[in-house]
Amino acid sequence: MLRNKKLSKRIYFNSLRIRMIELEISKRYHEQKMRCPVHLSVGQEFLPGIIETFFDKNDKSVSGHRAHAHYLSKKCSLKKLIAEIYGKKTGCSGGIGGSMHLIDKSKGFYGSTAIVGNTIPIGAGISLSMSLNKTNKNLTYIFLGDGAVETGIFFETLNFVVLKKLPCLFICENNSFSVYSELRKRQPKNRKISKLVSSFGIKTDSANTTHLNDTFKKFSKAYNYVKKKQMPYFVEFHTSRKLEHCGPNYDDDLNYRDKNFLNYWKKNDPVEKLEKTLLKKKYLSKTEILSFKSKIQGEIIRSFNYAENSKPPKFEDLNQNLFSK
Amino acid sequence: MKNKFTFAEAIKKAIIYSMKKDPKMISYGLGIDDPKGIFGTTTNLHKIFGERRVFDVPTSENALTGIAIGSSIAGSRVLFSHQRFDFSLLSFDQLINNAAKWNYMFGGKTKSPSITIRVVVGKGWGQGPTHSQNFQSLLAHIPGLKVVSPAFPEDAYNLLIDSIFDPNPVIFIEHRWLHGVSGGIKRNKISLGDVHLKQRGKNITILGNSIGLLNVIKVNRFLEKYKIYPEIIDCYSISPINLSKIVKSVKKTKRLLIVDNSNTFCSFSSGVLAELVQMKKINFKSNPVIIGNKNIPSPTSHYISKFFYQDSLSIFKRILKTFGISNYEIPTELKKNKYYHDVPIEKFGPF
Repeated sequence: MLRNKKLSKRIYFNSLRIRMIELEISKRYHEQKMRCPVHLSVGQEFLPGIIETFFDKNDKSVSGHRAHAHYLSKKCSLKKLIAEIYGKKTGCSGGIGGSMHLIDKSKGFYGSTAIVGNTIPIGAGISLSMSLNKTNKNLTYIFLGDGAVETGIFFETLNFVVLKKLPCLFICENNSFSVYSELRKRQPKNRKISKLVSSFGIKTDSANTTHLNDTFKKFSKAYNYVKKKQMPYFVEFHTSRKLEHCGPNYDDDLNYRDKNFLNYWKKNDPVEKLEKTLLKKKYLSKTEILSFKSKIQGEIIRSFNYAENSKPPKFEDLNQNLFSK
Repeated sequence: MKNKFTFAEAIKKAIIYSMKKDPKMISYGLGIDDPKGIFGTTTNLHKIFGERRVFDVPTSENALTGIAIGSSIAGSRVLFSHQRFDFSLLSFDQLINNAAKWNYMFGGKTKSPSITIRVVVGKGWGQGPTHSQNFQSLLAHIPGLKVVSPAFPEDAYNLLIDSIFDPNPVIFIEHRWLHGVSGGIKRNKISLGDVHLKQRGKNITILGNSIGLLNVIKVNRFLEKYKIYPEIIDCYSISPINLSKIVKSVKKTKRLLIVDNSNTFCSFSSGVLAELVQMKKINFKSNPVIIGNKNIPSPTSHYISKFFYQDSLSIFKRILKTFGISNYEIPTELKKNKYYHDVPIEKFGPF
């Protein structure tokens, strides 16, 4: 990846964009206009930044509660994302769903929901239907975290996907924490998620997102494998969130995360690391970074203005869409 | 040509009809292609439609429900069958958190999953606490789910087809004791959400569905002697429910008995009654009555399971009591069945 100037700049731009969007949400959250829980992806942007460069609108995606970056990696509308968090009618889910229920079927983003693990089988079902109807080069992303690996439904689905040879690409973002609960309190200390999963008979891999080239390489390998072989694949990506589990703040004053862990990710932040590398390689100049930032900031401001100026849903909307006709 | 079919045959015919009509439809469930074929309702379907469209599945009720939702939103209608309602409890996260609100929570930017979940209610022969439960009321409580429960082969046939082609998630409840009941079959479209006036009457409205309704029908002919003319309404669609038809009937008869196939606290019957008693214009001549299963788990022991369920006899007694009649004879036909109380026919096994 880092040998390809154009590609690495694009990934940098994507990751930076996600970070700036999330930080803007964080900054304005106290205004009480975004009145729904937000699980921000600050710290976890690099992988979605890569995924955007593999965009194919025929690929489908499902995700969980921390889904802003996944939604954006599918080129879904930023304006509609912000309007959704504002609870406005112009939001991607008509303002009904909020931050945890995002959708844009036109881009292949089939939905994110708020219950850990509960879109995993939805992704498998989408894949099953496409396979039965012999859709060529079919791929469904199933985004999950390390917590979802503890649910029964994950293993139920995994078994089914392997049994039916469904082209699902499991992207497991392991940020080591389920809210405040550290991974080692929840899973045996020396067990690797990717190893456990591989025992089901599915190809697996793992990468640390701070290793930029390796992350790209492993994602790319998995993506191409699923597309070509039409078989499932599971990749575990080690990552870390910078903000609290849910909400706009930094919460490391609560001391639930180990100092070494925090220092490690502080020093190895993938977006900062990518920026430094690109500067060093002279793929990117400081002026270009500023122009990226101002371009992104412009889009963000337009999107927030759009959300602010959009109409809210009305009383009549309360009873809409319970049933399809 | 055969003109009578059992309830089980009617179910199978409905699946065949639907799968022929929609070539993308798939159908799965534990044991769907085994020699018993879910009480004979699915035998050989995998041979007719191929193993890609009709297949056995892992024992993963929750995931398979989510897979049904995913398949449906990507274009394949799904019929998912459970041999017991009790087994489907593991799928309630998918049913309630996803299926019921998929369209609503995304502001109508997608569609509801067109899935039908067939659930079989067991009873008798020691089915006991975890193999004989009926959660109709629990699921009817959830906005976004449709819940139906027919009593007759023809209604089962039509309702199953209409459930399958309904663009929303439908819970289709089958009582196991009905599988052997026979009747004619004619295709009529049933609008989900409606109730059916089974018999016009004068002085009491009786609501019921599935096996409870059959129990009412058995009692029916012994009532005329006491000048009781029941208006019988088949609530085969309990959610949504057509309350206006019920209200119209109760306004006329001014008496009400609701037969429930589940336990009665916070139930389908108590919900309907709560709606009715809040309406000013019904002047009940006697206290409306609910009769159902006791609010305890179903015991396995056949020595005491006979005290657990409502049946024709208890319905008969309750109706007469409503009319203040205490001097009556119990018809021989309503006395406990001559072999055992816990089987619908003589030859009835555990599975």
